[in-house]
Amino acid sequence: MADPKRYDNRLGLKGWWGGGRWGFERYLYTLHRLTGLGVLCYFVLHIFVTSSRAFGMRAWEKWMGTLAGPFFQGGEFLVVLACIFHAFNGIRLILIELGFAVGPAEEPIYPYKTSLNKQRPLMVLMMVLAAVAVVFAGYDFWLLH
Amino acid sequence: MDSEHKGARDILYIVRRYNPVADTAPHNQEFTVHVEPGMTVLDGLHQIKSEQDPTLAWRFSCRMGVCGSCGMLINGKPMLACNTQIMHVTDRVLTIGPLPNFEIIRDLVPDLRPMFNRHISGMPNIRRDDIDPKVTPTDEYYQTPEELTRFLQFSYCIKCGCCLAACPTMAMDRDYYGPMPLAQFHRYNVDTRDGGFNERKKIAGGPGGVARCHYAGECSNVCPKGVDPARAIQLMKRNLVFTYLKLAKQGQPCKTIGPDPHAKRREGIPEAPPYTIAQK
Amino acid sequence: MRETKFWTWHLLAGCAILILGSLHMITMHLDGVWGLLNPAGGHAISWDNVAARAHQTIFVVIYILLLGAALFHGLYGLRNILCELGIGKGMRSFVNAVLVIGGLALFVFGTWAAIAAQAV
Repeated sequence: MADPKRYDNRLGLKGWWGGGRWGFERYLYTLHRLTGLGVLCYFVLHIFVTSSRAFGMRAWEKWMGTLAGPFFQGGEFLVVLACIFHAFNGIRLILIELGFAVGPAEEPIYPYKTSLNKQRPLMVLMMVLAAVAVVFAGYDFWLLH
Repeated sequence: MDSEHKGARDILYIVRRYNPVADTAPHNQEFTVHVEPGMTVLDGLHQIKSEQDPTLAWRFSCRMGVCGSCGMLINGKPMLACNTQIMHVTDRVLTIGPLPNFEIIRDLVPDLRPMFNRHISGMPNIRRDDIDPKVTPTDEYYQTPEELTRFLQFSYCIKCGCCLAACPTMAMDRDYYGPMPLAQFHRYNVDTRDGGFNERKKIAGGPGGVARCHYAGECSNVCPKGVDPARAIQLMKRNLVFTYLKLAKQGQPCKTIGPDPHAKRREGIPEAPPYTIAQK
Repeated sequence: MRETKFWTWHLLAGCAILILGSLHMITMHLDGVWGLLNPAGGHAISWDNVAARAHQTIFVVIYILLLGAALFHGLYGLRNILCELGIGKGMRSFVNAVLVIGGLALFVFGTWAAIAAQAV
């Protein structure tokens, strides 16, 4: 008997965004990817801009003059925010994905406490540290300079 | 009489339908179900099938949360229909769909074969070089309670597919094995009776393996048995990374252990009664 | 095990970025506090400071290491995202090739600039 016609029920890119009933860590996953892409784009441009120092003072000063504008300053601050989140979430992910923050296997007793519960204090700590770093970065960016 | 029906109400079931012969794409169909407190989503589906639409198709078996057949997308979250009381998830509208990230065979029935095939490819059984203790067992495998605890949680998996439905990587990547197969790889890798780590690491460390997991954690969030596949995958990543960096070595599978040769039969234990069937 | 090997280096590169990138941030943003990293005084990105750091081998080495680690970490992450889009084997090989070639080109360019800046 021939196989009946199937319908591909993959969520596609919508599955990356989540559906509203997902846990907090799911959104951290999405944000980690977005900030990573953002920082990567900035980094490629950053290589070209900072390499201008090899061409002497004039080239360097020209670029620094361009980047001193408010659009670029605002953009750089967003990159800093993305970097801070990506770094602190990255520390959390390194600890989790090397098995240090997920806890050992244990007998599941309802209501279940999973590795998500185990890593939550670490997650909260990292987000608090990220928030502190954002405050410092904001002070440095907008008030000091 | 009134107290028996306290809380009873009509719930709108919005059910995803798909007939492979008549439909090109799934569509929703609405049913009104009279729900009493304590009724499960599965009970509601039975009511629809018996009173309203006999063509509705779904999988179920044990109706008590141990077989894994009735995994469905209930109000946007993969759950077991038999394990979910209607009044716990809604008081007005209940949307039901087949598990995402699988092909739909019909209505609420997903094609779970890719998941099972990937599970089988990871050799989900005890692999040892010494075949005799498995085939003609005479002694026990020597395993401590602590060694048992290292894999017991992951052995509670009922293969319902809810974790694969919730996984963001499964949503796009066709080559990813998914939380259940990978968690079961780990269940056998850390079983001290097993010696198959080097075979399984080729798959687990390959393109569809653990490198595609980024700890979104949804698999553990939706698992109806508390198996915590996310934990299993992270622990397996640790094993693989430490093996690659030569920081850890896979031990030999545990030995078998026979009866204590110095043990003496306790006084006062009666002898076994005689056989009632002739022995060869 | 190939993916595990790449992923392990991805993590190690991430750790390297945490350390070297933090040094970079301290140099750039704590210029008033860590005066020793900005010997010409004043703003960290003034030409005098940039030139002074370009002439110090330790900074050149740190920048090259940070460049390599960040490029590997970022491009492997991008490769993961692209490969998880459900692309076929041929497309995957193409993506790998483009990212490897592009990454190497950027690394060579950045390393050249770091070394060439010593002579400016």
